[in-house]
Amino acid sequence: MSDRPLLLGVRHHGPGSARAVRAALVAHEPKVLLVEGPPEADAVVRLAGERTMVPPVALLAHAVDEPGRAAFWPFAAFSPEWVAISWAMERGVEVRFVDLPAAHSLALPRQPGAEPELKPEAEHDDRAAGAGPQPGQAVGDPDGEEGEESSCDGGGESDLRVDPLAVLARTAGYDDPERWWEDVVEHRGAADRRHSDAEQDVREQTLAPFTALEEAMAALRETHDDGGHRRDLVREAHMRLRLREARREFGDDAVAVVCGAWHVPALREKHAVAADRGLLKGLPKLKVDVTWVPWTHRRLARHSGYGAGITSPGWYGHLFETVDRPLVRWMTRVAELLRAEDHPVSSAHVIESVRLAESLAALRGRPLAGLAETLESVRAVMCEGSEVPLALIEDRLIVGDALGEVPDEAPAVPLQRDLTRLQRSLRLKPEAAERALDLDLRKETDAARSLMLHRLSLLGIAWGTLDTHRSRNTGTFRESWRLSWEPELSVRTAEAGIWGTTLATAAGVKAVTRASEAQELGEVTLWAERCLLAGLDEALPQVMRELADRAALDSDVGRLAKALPALVRSVRYGDVRGTDSAMLRRVAEGLAERICVGLPPACSGLDADGAAALREQLDAVQHSIAMLADEGLTSRWRAVLRSLSARESVAPLLRGRCARLLLDEGELEADDAERLLRLALSTGAEPADAAGWVEGFLSGGGMLLLHDERLLALIDGWLASVSPTAFEDVLPLLRRTFSAFEPGVRSNLGQIVRRGTGGRGASADDTAYPGFGPEPDAGRSAAVLPTLRHLLGGSLAVGGSTPAAATPVQDPVGASR
Amino acid sequence: MSKTSAAEEKADSSSAEQGAQALRPHAEDAFADELRALAAADDRPRPERWKMSPWAVSLYLMGGTLPDGTVISPKYVGPRRIIEVAVTTLATDRALLLLGVPGTAKTWVSEHLAAAVSGDSTLLVQGTAGTAEEAVRYGWNYAQLLTNGPSRRAMVHSPVMRAMSDGMIARVEELTRIPADVQDSLITILSEKTLPIPELGDEVQAVRGFNLIATANDRDRGVNELSSALRRRFNTVVLPLPASSEAEVEIVSRRVEQIGRSLDLPPAPEGLEEIRRVVTVFRELRDGATVDGRTKVKSPSGTLSTAEAISVVTGGLALSAHFGDGRLRAADVAAGILGAVVRDPAADSVIWQEYLETVVRERDGWKDFYRACREVSA
Repeated sequence: MSDRPLLLGVRHHGPGSARAVRAALVAHEPKVLLVEGPPEADAVVRLAGERTMVPPVALLAHAVDEPGRAAFWPFAAFSPEWVAISWAMERGVEVRFVDLPAAHSLALPRQPGAEPELKPEAEHDDRAAGAGPQPGQAVGDPDGEEGEESSCDGGGESDLRVDPLAVLARTAGYDDPERWWEDVVEHRGAADRRHSDAEQDVREQTLAPFTALEEAMAALRETHDDGGHRRDLVREAHMRLRLREARREFGDDAVAVVCGAWHVPALREKHAVAADRGLLKGLPKLKVDVTWVPWTHRRLARHSGYGAGITSPGWYGHLFETVDRPLVRWMTRVAELLRAEDHPVSSAHVIESVRLAESLAALRGRPLAGLAETLESVRAVMCEGSEVPLALIEDRLIVGDALGEVPDEAPAVPLQRDLTRLQRSLRLKPEAAERALDLDLRKETDAARSLMLHRLSLLGIAWGTLDTHRSRNTGTFRESWRLSWEPELSVRTAEAGIWGTTLATAAGVKAVTRASEAQELGEVTLWAERCLLAGLDEALPQVMRELADRAALDSDVGRLAKALPALVRSVRYGDVRGTDSAMLRRVAEGLAERICVGLPPACSGLDADGAAALREQLDAVQHSIAMLADEGLTSRWRAVLRSLSARESVAPLLRGRCARLLLDEGELEADDAERLLRLALSTGAEPADAAGWVEGFLSGGGMLLLHDERLLALIDGWLASVSPTAFEDVLPLLRRTFSAFEPGVRSNLGQIVRRGTGGRGASADDTAYPGFGPEPDAGRSAAVLPTLRHLLGGSLAVGGSTPAAATPVQDPVGASR
Repeated sequence: MSKTSAAEEKADSSSAEQGAQALRPHAEDAFADELRALAAADDRPRPERWKMSPWAVSLYLMGGTLPDGTVISPKYVGPRRIIEVAVTTLATDRALLLLGVPGTAKTWVSEHLAAAVSGDSTLLVQGTAGTAEEAVRYGWNYAQLLTNGPSRRAMVHSPVMRAMSDGMIARVEELTRIPADVQDSLITILSEKTLPIPELGDEVQAVRGFNLIATANDRDRGVNELSSALRRRFNTVVLPLPASSEAEVEIVSRRVEQIGRSLDLPPAPEGLEEIRRVVTVFRELRDGATVDGRTKVKSPSGTLSTAEAISVVTGGLALSAHFGDGRLRAADVAAGILGAVVRDPAADSVIWQEYLETVVRERDGWKDFYRACREVSA
């Protein structure tokens, strides 16, 4: 018969295909089953029959020496390959994987010009095209860096290879290949069964869909050649050789192949063995390990960023499991979910949803309601047009929460190997006994050790704890760690394997995920800082992006102001480490801009505590903006301060503080400062407000009053004029303000006040600081010079001292700061 | 068939004359040619008393070309699935509720649906706070009532009642504005498909083909929220805001041109750039993200619908025509935008300032716009 051997071309992760494959296998009972997948997996395929193996799972092949080079072959319960393998395990039929060995495919150089980001089309590729469920996706790569299999050349011709089914669907008049496939293959199950009464027809019947698909693919391949993908030729050559081997061993009738529909015509063709061998000659090779890892429906879903994605694993799972009235049962599940979430949904709703879905399908000329119709009717009937419950349905049902399990005997995950390799190369042995480790980050090995430890702690593998007390004492280039390896850390490592195959990628993926899940802006900032410490250059931009988004939506200026200093610190730190801090800087500046805009409204209507809290943030923002040193930003910030200082509705404490900040910046002339102080202390102002203004103006150093006696005179005069009752009210405020001054300043202030402040202006030539004469005392100044010379390294010439040496002496107060 | 088409023709000729004079002709008059061509070309099964099949109705709304070359203009620019769900709903026995923020073409869609399905979009109840039960059920002609006593002749039929007895589509505008007790009189009509007349011990039973389209504004849902019993009788379709910037620019400039013509404003040759900017600003603030998807922004409290964008641009055109140099410039639209965006002086103005400083200021070629906005906002 021409159908020998049994070539079952499938769409990966298609429940219709899976059902058809199972029926064909049951009807034909082959003795050996060949499956598209890495032959290295032959060694672990028996684990698939274990009771503890629960799909979704994935075969993971990775280079032994470079765990970052890895590829996954995911299987869901409704994947045709999985169904075929399970069938074989039940019947004790031998399973062989026939694709190009991962030893070669991982060793082949990644395609030049591969785009750094996965395109949706490229993801489409593996699912629909039958190119093999072989994303070749570097695991946990935060960028979703493109693997060799899912690359797409972007040329018109390769569209076909990328998605031959899309071409077929277009030919059939469908805009969406997914829907075409659903109509033609996935939904045919029910229709087929009606016809398959006659016993002898069953065997033929089971092959009908495969034959049709094979013909279509053959026609496509004829017109479009290999679609520009040379690697397929090599893979197919390998498949043919393995197929030939199996046929010789078991006989033509006893072999079945399950592979992507695209490959079927190539396997059917006759090729010379020598030609096939020739294609396989001289391929690069790597040492490769294969193991099973648990998978999730979320990762199967296209939007999780991995290749071989399907949008609706939950829906497919339902279609596969539910033979009897799938639509009704699906709607009931939706209703149950919505009820559990407190949306009132009655049976009448379910009935109407089913009716609307069926009518919609009829309007669109489809045999059965598909996911699109189902969702639209759920939206119109059960959700009352709202997208919110629909998102829930999408998340819980259409994608679903299924998490696979893998037996304990499955070989170790690559993350552990990566760690072992790093431990060896960095000469850090895991020891149970606690020990201290001092790192000098300027040394290469130590810097690498620091990165490793930071990444481990980010992954929750707490081998080392950073000893902050000791590091702080020793400066930015040093880190002090305490190391201790507990046995449970191995378990942690295995758990962390879900994030990726290497320490760097795993930590990156985790940081990005956690940052996007974080509730508070501060948390995101924290993850950004951790990324920076752990040197996760790829994850950092994504975390920053998240941060920028959060900052844009956060309307609480307090939170923004709280996040800014850490961020600016990171900018500075990034500069030290030589990482590209342009992105960080942009986000920090954006944050600062938002603070500039949001601060004025946030400053009005505050109580005393709120004002005090905001005052501290004002200082912190001022400091951060100074560190950012952006001219435009600084001038805008000053404008904000200026407008705040003049606005009556702003708490006096903050107004005073703004005036002070401006004065310190040199933006406010001494005369203006005096005017503002006079205004704040004028008789029209409440004494408590005036005291608040003074507190804001003077906190953080009273030297100002020594410099400009006019200010002191104003305060002095005001205090004397305050009524006795009001005095009792303002006393605590003033005490708080003045007690924060340095003792020296306080005593000097006392002296001036005792001497009397009137009549001496700051600008007068004969001004002298209290306790000092009007002119420098040459004899006493000279006494300081030897010490100064010692401090400045002998460059100070005693003879020609006058201007240079005299300057610091002339300003003893300044020097004492 | 022949009888109805003759009646139709007669109605067409008389109403076409009216339509030429009317400020705004009904949909079934304005697009009479398209409807006729569609009905002629349509060979798919029609629900009873429908003028055309559901497939043809959705073609009428979405636009397309018939086999005989007749071009059907698109009435609704938006996702096809929305119209398909709406049409399918009308073919079942569930009523259709069109929800959406103001300015999303709810009334427009409902009018055209009724015109295509029943050939008559005038069976309309306008919902207001003062809509009484008589407007939904029936009233009495008191002169008749007094002289002849209660009888069918003394009744004043509501549009809904007429739709029921004739198997047509009835329309209720602004359903949520109608007081709750009046709303609930629809329940029996929609579930039992009957309208009891206790005064006569009689009832009006709906014949096949009857259905009801209601529109409601989901911004003021709280005005008179539908009871869940009534809600359950409706399939809800939410009309979204335009999906792409291009589509919205298209809608805005088309409408602006139409309105401008009716107001005798001079045409604005170079206005497209400014329209594009207005649409961009509206979209970004509405969607909460910049068009390049790189920066999030906060959304103000206003709806910022396409209809508002249209009025901003028309206002700007009027400004430039009467006070400016006739070219639509940034300064002409700036004040209008400010008015549309800042509805709540406290919260919205911060959002607007923040948007100006973080998004507009940095954007290439938007300097004049930024300056104009700064000027009016200060």
